[in-house]
Amino acid sequence: MDELLKLLKRNALETPENLAKMLDMSADEVRRRIAEYEKAGIIRGYQAVVNEDQLTINKVTAVIEVKVTPEREGGFNYVADRISKFPEVQSVYLMSGAFDLLLFVTGKDLKEVAFFVSEKLATIRGVISTSTHFMLKTYKAYGVLMEPPEGAERLKVSP
Amino acid sequence: MRTPASRIAPHVRDIPRSGIRDFFDIVSTMKDVISLGIGEPDFDTPWHIRESAVHALERGSTGYTSNMGLIALRQAIARYVEGAFGARYNAETEVLITVGVSEALDIALRAVIEPGDEILYHEPCYVSYAPVVIFAHGKPVAVETRMEDGFRLTRAQLEKKVTPRTKALMLNFPNNPTGATLEPDDLRDIAAFAVEHDLLVLTDEIYAELSYDRPHASIAALPGMRERTIFLHGFSKGWAMTGFRLGYACGPADLIEAMMKIHQYTMLCASVISQEAAVEALENPGTDVEEMRDEYRRRRNFLHRSFQEMGLPCRQPRGAFYAFPSIAHLGLTSKEFALRLLDQERVAVVPGSAFGACGEGFVRCAYATGMEELQEAMRRLARFIRALQSATPSRAVC
Repeated sequence: MDELLKLLKRNALETPENLAKMLDMSADEVRRRIAEYEKAGIIRGYQAVVNEDQLTINKVTAVIEVKVTPEREGGFNYVADRISKFPEVQSVYLMSGAFDLLLFVTGKDLKEVAFFVSEKLATIRGVISTSTHFMLKTYKAYGVLMEPPEGAERLKVSP
Repeated sequence: MRTPASRIAPHVRDIPRSGIRDFFDIVSTMKDVISLGIGEPDFDTPWHIRESAVHALERGSTGYTSNMGLIALRQAIARYVEGAFGARYNAETEVLITVGVSEALDIALRAVIEPGDEILYHEPCYVSYAPVVIFAHGKPVAVETRMEDGFRLTRAQLEKKVTPRTKALMLNFPNNPTGATLEPDDLRDIAAFAVEHDLLVLTDEIYAELSYDRPHASIAALPGMRERTIFLHGFSKGWAMTGFRLGYACGPADLIEAMMKIHQYTMLCASVISQEAAVEALENPGTDVEEMRDEYRRRRNFLHRSFQEMGLPCRQPRGAFYAFPSIAHLGLTSKEFALRLLDQERVAVVPGSAFGACGEGFVRCAYATGMEELQEAMRRLARFIRALQSATPSRAVC
């Protein structure tokens, strides 16, 4: 992967000036390349990584395994596209293995998610079965530890 | 009872404390310091390597190893050194596992020095080189490297210092503290010099993996050098394993055997847990080293450009994780500069004079520190230099 993308994936707020120094190019070149990535749809957005466990909000996240009958034309895409349209669905992945689609779905409580599964998801043409798991705690997301471990102390000056 | 002055052997007593240690004592009393004074990776040892050390403990692998070190590790090292640097060694007789390169260098010198032998080494250099030669009753002879040569070691400089008593030449590239590396032509010149004067070469290549613009080349792989070279390497820098204290020496069997004798009677063997971890580091390399190198390269670029913007002359470092900018034009000695920077801006750099007389006029800035801290350190340094330059000349030299 391009080094610029790697750095942005790590910290999207890094300034073009600093990125330019790290990559040994000009800040204008950095801006131009970011704009190109955005235009090409390679960069699809910028979001903060939030530790929601620290917030007092009513929210549950469910991980749902879905078995699907593939369509004759379009395979899994028809069902995946329909599922993706629901705003409560955060992520949709096609998987190998015992089921086909993996969803991350949020709701304000268990009941709301249960309603979504029984009324919206299970009734979609092609969905054979669902299996819902509720998330209890986040330890690491997007490569970021939610509670960084206490590091061992380093010497301040060494040879 | 002997007097305090006479109970310490003169050749030990007369060696000054490391300039770095003095500085460390001051820094460690201060708060909120951003330290660019640290000569060790800020990365944690890759988890799979730490995990293999834990596994070694759980398995009960806690005894002595062979004096030479675990054969599995020696074999892995022989394969790695041949693959990475093109020098071939016999794992049974030509590879010795040591407690860091520090021990390897010490026993290599003790194995070859007769009292009074002269040992060439280049300055600015790692703080221990001259002292370990003296501890071994040799005479260290410094050869200057200069900023205008990119801190490369040139044959012309070497020729000025060689005498009939010269026994060996010590090398350290990529270099601490300058970040310099050697060009292929330099290596050939130095090799020819060593052959002509029949010198042994002790080459400390601990930063070999941290070479940013081209793959590292070792003098040990040049024709005619193998039989006169002791290649010293270890896991501290490239694999971020400083606390494991694990190094090794590769060389002709007679030299390794002599070193092994000293190692056997003084150290016995390196920690078995560290040795097990090192096997994992070499056998399952993944992208550990590469990722760290890429990050250091970005930091190097960042620092070098920042120095340019501040008007600090600095050669682009080619390896290791140090930049060595010149501060001579600012009217302060490197020690004064470092102390005032620490006092006014809480940024620690190491005075160049700690690395030899010709390091005066420079400071060493390590970039083994996270990017955010580096950015803040560069803001503070720029402010400090602006303040220095706007001060009246009489104040600047006080």
